[in-house]
Amino acid sequence: MSVLTVKNLGISFGGLRAVDNFDISIENDELVGLIGPNGAGKTTIFNLLTGVYIPTDGDILINNKSTLGKKPNEIVMLGSSRTFQNIRLFKNMTVLDNIKIAYHNRMSYGLFGSIFKTKKYRLEENKAVQIASELLDVFGLDMYKNDLAKNLPYGKQRKLEIARALATNPKILLLDEPAAGMNPQETEELMETIKLLKKQFDISILLIEHDMRLVMGICERIVVIDYGKIIAKGNPEAIRTNPDVIKAYLGE
Amino acid sequence: MDKLKQLHKTLVNNKFINYTVVFFIFIILFLLINSGVINRYLSNLIIMILIMIVMATSLNIATGFLGQLHLGHAAFMGIGAYTAGIIGIALQDVIASDLLLFLVATFGAMITAGFAGFLVGTPALRLRGDYLGIMTLGFGEIVRTVITNLKSITNGAQGLSGIPRIMTFPIAFWTTVIVVTLIFLFMNSRHGRAIISIREDEIASESVGINITRYKLLGFILASMFAGVGGSMFAFKESFLAPISFNFIKSVEIFVIVVLGGMGSLSGSIIAAIVLVFLPEYLRDFNQYRYLLYSSVLIIIMLYRPQGLMGTKEINFIKIKTWIKSKYTKVFLKGSD
Amino acid sequence: MELFINQLINGLNTGSIYALVAIGYTMVYGIIKLINFAHGEIMMFGAYFAFVFAYMIPWNLPFILIIIISMILAAIMGMLIERIAYKKLRKAPRISALITAIGMSLFLQNLALLIFGASYKRMRPLVSTEPVHLFGFNISKLTLITIGLSVFFMMVLTFFIHKTKPGKAMRAVSQDKGAAILMGINIDNIISLTFAIGSALGALGGIFYAMAYSQIYPTLGVMPGLKAFIAAVFGGIGNITGAMVGGYLIGIIETMTKAYISKQWVDAIVFGLLILILLFKPSGLLGKSTKEKV
Repeated sequence: MSVLTVKNLGISFGGLRAVDNFDISIENDELVGLIGPNGAGKTTIFNLLTGVYIPTDGDILINNKSTLGKKPNEIVMLGSSRTFQNIRLFKNMTVLDNIKIAYHNRMSYGLFGSIFKTKKYRLEENKAVQIASELLDVFGLDMYKNDLAKNLPYGKQRKLEIARALATNPKILLLDEPAAGMNPQETEELMETIKLLKKQFDISILLIEHDMRLVMGICERIVVIDYGKIIAKGNPEAIRTNPDVIKAYLGE
Repeated sequence: MDKLKQLHKTLVNNKFINYTVVFFIFIILFLLINSGVINRYLSNLIIMILIMIVMATSLNIATGFLGQLHLGHAAFMGIGAYTAGIIGIALQDVIASDLLLFLVATFGAMITAGFAGFLVGTPALRLRGDYLGIMTLGFGEIVRTVITNLKSITNGAQGLSGIPRIMTFPIAFWTTVIVVTLIFLFMNSRHGRAIISIREDEIASESVGINITRYKLLGFILASMFAGVGGSMFAFKESFLAPISFNFIKSVEIFVIVVLGGMGSLSGSIIAAIVLVFLPEYLRDFNQYRYLLYSSVLIIIMLYRPQGLMGTKEINFIKIKTWIKSKYTKVFLKGSD
Repeated sequence: MELFINQLINGLNTGSIYALVAIGYTMVYGIIKLINFAHGEIMMFGAYFAFVFAYMIPWNLPFILIIIISMILAAIMGMLIERIAYKKLRKAPRISALITAIGMSLFLQNLALLIFGASYKRMRPLVSTEPVHLFGFNISKLTLITIGLSVFFMMVLTFFIHKTKPGKAMRAVSQDKGAAILMGINIDNIISLTFAIGSALGALGGIFYAMAYSQIYPTLGVMPGLKAFIAAVFGGIGNITGAMVGGYLIGIIETMTKAYISKQWVDAIVFGLLILILLFKPSGLLGKSTKEKV
């Protein structure tokens, strides 16, 4: 079953056509890479998929439901979740609370429950702590759970952001340059984590990345864009040797 | 004896220790006021401090926790004060109990102030940062002009007089305790967390499924409603209201308390309210320098300690107790060596 | 009709003052993205400087010299404020800088209160207010000078911004600070220069304002400051031409509201206008809209 289907997606900023005629379909459990030179429109595509930008044309389906006309927080409820190129954590909140925020919509106690600490409040809060701790454990962050997010080392912050995205229980995870700013060892570690979480959480992943070793190493399928248009699709081997891709990256 | 032990245990039990401390503060102040050790002037000052605590903790919801620059908080206080004052005048012969009259008037004040918060918040919260600040400031000035010009209801610039002077220390104290407790409990729920996450990063908050429009509005309305409570307390304490009491300078005064205490710390707001209301009054000769002090404090804090006295931390008597206990045990162990 | 023309002239008079003050708001915002709340107080101090040199020091200085001295003193004051209070906060969250500016505004008000006292000082116009006959209308000489000098200084500023090297550097810094540094521009100096120019023009506005109402007091700058800020937002904050246009529009709108709608409600109407602009066109008449990058 297709988790994410994008048809004929396009957006214009004034006269500039930033993304044009973009199609993609991601199946359950797939790991797809989205690459392209700087300014090709990769992050713009993510912003379209998550509702930060409103597309000029085309349609986006997540779990066969259209995201058009939905706000970013409603799109999350359809089953997609993302991380950001420049990490966006809730810096002055604890690591645990960063995850608990993402459980917000799976709790249901109201204002009354908040004030009188009803049974429902306690049950839901305790459960959130438990699930969050388990999730942190998977990422090896359990021991930091009472630290403020801003005090984590860079690599761990990246992981926390991924963990937080997972906490919304998505069917598809969108990772925007997860290895940006990491050293080779951290990148290696990240690759392991991505492989692991894909197995453990039964999700599909679409990732933007510049680190070719990571992309070629873990992606099953790669889509290459340039100037907002798809110039190549295929498995890592095919992409590596595709003349259009080489031209896009190295110029004529 | 067993019963006494049981009582002692309940009182210093972790869960209750905060309430116990609050209760003892009340008893001590109450006895001091009733026995005349604290004179009328000072007890009035204490009530003023309590009002400023309500104003600062409520502004803290919008500015400290939600992270929105709000420069018109006094306007909501004014709306609450006038509502409560008008209800108080109308019903003083109908409702015999002072407490009941206060409660009814405060309820009215919360509704009008909350509604005003809704009216302003709905469009205003689309704006960011300084633009929102300017808009709330503009709204505050509009409210002041409206109050001044609606002579038939508010008696205009001359002011509204004849409000029953029913504010006593116990009513003010417990109203403040209830407001602060409600805000504290609210902030420690999923709703409070959602509000804080908006302060931290709006875009990230939205990306994990928080309806930021809804929570911004909720935070803004709650802040306004509790400002209405502060206004009601003020009306029944002063017995006289003039539009000038709720101008931009008043909004800034409240704002300074929140910033000094630490944006996002309720105990910080409480301490800062005590310090900033007490200090200038205590140093009477100093009074002409009062705002010079306020403004210098504001600038110096922003330059050298932008997070305020407390940052986002809270004073918690449970932690203090554990801390004292650990010290005590250490001393005890050393002694037995 | 004659009443209307007279009101229009009054509007241009008030508008000139708002435009002069609005330029300071917009220039500072353009360059360091700060709403300089203390700008209204610079305006107030400018008026006090003129008062001191006109009435307290018996030198009998000519009007133009009094204006220039006051503008220079205000410029120095503006630069000092930036160095002392704002410079350290350039990289801090914008809310911190804004709070500092509010603090600075209160500080200066109370400083003036301490130095000059709370009582209103009578500021007799330094130029004759007798009417001049022009195109069949009687216009006071003060009004003519206000409008004339304001337009003159705005033209000088426009020339400076577009044709001189420091003016170009200023525009470069407001567009991209990083790139400006790489081009060898000393942004500290440029920021100081911006504050100096904005403050000087603000002081000029303050002097005209005090003469128009013949009085000076420590909170003189608050209301016209806010309205000039509205003018800056109206024209598109960060845009100097916008501030000038906005200043004149707000001046005319205010005067017309007073004359034809209501004297009491004029503040509510002007602030209501601000709110409408912020909601429907926050980028103003001539500004460009920006969105946060994700």
